Amino acid sequence: MKKYRCNVCGYVYDPESGDPSQNIPPGTPFEKLPDSWTCPVCGASKEDFSPED
Amino acid sequence: MKAVKVREDLFWVGAIDWNVRNFHGYSTFRGTTYNAYLLLDDKITLFDTVKHGFEGELLQRIASVISPEKIDYLVINHIEPDHAGAFVKVVQAIKPEKIFLTRNARLGILSHFHREDFPFEEVKTGFEVKTGKKTLRFIETPMIHWPDSMMTYIVEEKTLISQDAFGAHYATSSRFDDEVDQCELIQEAAKYYANIVYPYSPQVNKLLQTVKEMKLEIEMICPDHGVVWRKNPEKIISLYEKWSAYVCEPKVLIIYDTMWKSTEKMAYAVMEGVLEEGVEVKMCKLSVTDWTELMSDVLESRGLILGSPTLNNGLLPTVSGFLTYMRGLRPRGKVGASFGSFGWSGESVKLLNQYLQEIQAEVVHEGIRVKYVPDEGVLSECVELGKVVAKRVRELCSA
Repeated sequence: MKKYRCNVCGYVYDPESGDPSQNIPPGTPFEKLPDSWTCPVCGASKEDFSPED
Repeated sequence: MKAVKVREDLFWVGAIDWNVRNFHGYSTFRGTTYNAYLLLDDKITLFDTVKHGFEGELLQRIASVISPEKIDYLVINHIEPDHAGAFVKVVQAIKPEKIFLTRNARLGILSHFHREDFPFEEVKTGFEVKTGKKTLRFIETPMIHWPDSMMTYIVEEKTLISQDAFGAHYATSSRFDDEVDQCELIQEAAKYYANIVYPYSPQVNKLLQTVKEMKLEIEMICPDHGVVWRKNPEKIISLYEKWSAYVCEPKVLIIYDTMWKSTEKMAYAVMEGVLEEGVEVKMCKLSVTDWTELMSDVLESRGLILGSPTLNNGLLPTVSGFLTYMRGLRPRGKVGASFGSFGWSGESVKLLNQYLQEIQAEVVHEGIRVKYVPDEGVLSECVELGKVVAKRVRELCSA
C-alpha cells in the first residue's frame, strides 16, 4: 500500500498506521479514506495529497 | 503606555519591538510589533497576546482602558510564540472565562505550555459567539501560516482580526496604514508575504475566494504585525490576490556568487543580454545580499537566473544555503536558467537547474559551464542566455 504526502504541510499518510485522530483503522489504503477525511496536521483535503515515490 | 482606539469599542493593546533586527533569521531592519486587540462589550474580549517579555506592555495598555481581570474571553488566532509567548502569564492575569481557538491551536498550545486546566473552547469556521451587541465569527485558515491559524471577523464592525496574514514587520509610532510612508509599508508587506506566507499561496487564494463567496464586507483589517489597514484594506487584499496568483513583474534577477570572479564575469555578461532586450534586471551577489530582502525581489520578478562556481563537487554554500531557503518558500511561475565556472568536475549548473526544476520554473536554456575563466566566446554565449530568458519573461508578462 502506497504512502501519500500532504502537498501543503508535508504530513505523510501511512496506510499501515491509519489515522486514529479521525477513527481510520490501521490497514486503510489512501484510496479508501472517506472524502471528508482531511490532513490531521493542516486540514488539507485528499486532493492535496500526492503518492510518495 | 496607553491603548490606541482603532474603531468603536476596539483598541490596539499590543507591543512595539523597536530593536529586533533578527526574527528567527528574518532580517527586521525596521523592527516589528506584536499586535493584540481589546473589544469592549458586555463580554470583554482580548484577541491574541504578545511575545514573551512584552506582557508588561500589553497589560499596561489594557489597564489604560479597563482592569485586565475584567476580560471574559481570550481569542487565540495563532499560537506562534511571538503572539502566544505571553499566553500563560496573560491567562493568569486576566483569568478569562473562555479561551476560543481551533482544535489544532488547542493541541499546539498544550504542546507548548501543558496547561490542560485552562478553559479552552474549540471553534470551527462559521462558529459565532455573541459578546453582547457584537458578534465574533471565526474563520479557520490552516497553513496561513501554521496549522492552528484562524481569523476572527467582528460582524457588526466589518472588521477582520487577521493574525499574521496582511501583516508586516514594521515598527512605527503610528498604528494606521494612512499615517505611515506608503513605500515603506508596501515594501515591508511584500517582504512579509515573500518570507512567511509565500509557500501557502494556494491557501491564500482559496481564502480570498471564500471571503468573496461569503460576501464578507471588510472595512478594516487588524493584523498581528505592523499597522491596521483602516483607510485602504482593499490595497493589501489586492496585493495578496496578485502574490497568491504568482503574478510577477517583467524583471530578471541574477542571483549568483563567485570565487575567483569567473562566475561574476559570466553574471555581468548575462546581465548585458537581459538589458539588450530592454528588460529590467537586478544583480544579487549572495555573499553580500540579505536573504530575506532578496526574497521580496524573488516574489516580484518573473526571471530567475542562477550562477555558482563548483566547489568540492557542489555549489558555493552561500548559493546552496539561499536556494534551500528559497525552495522551501515555493516560488512559482518563474522562468530560469543557470551558469557557472569550474576547475575540474563542474556539477554546479546541473545542481542549479535541479533547484529551478524543484520550484517548477520553466528552464529556457540548458545552462553554461566554463572551465576556469570564460573567454570572449563564452561571454557572448552568456549574453545570449540573458537574452533568451529576457525574451521569455517579456512574452509571459505581456500575455
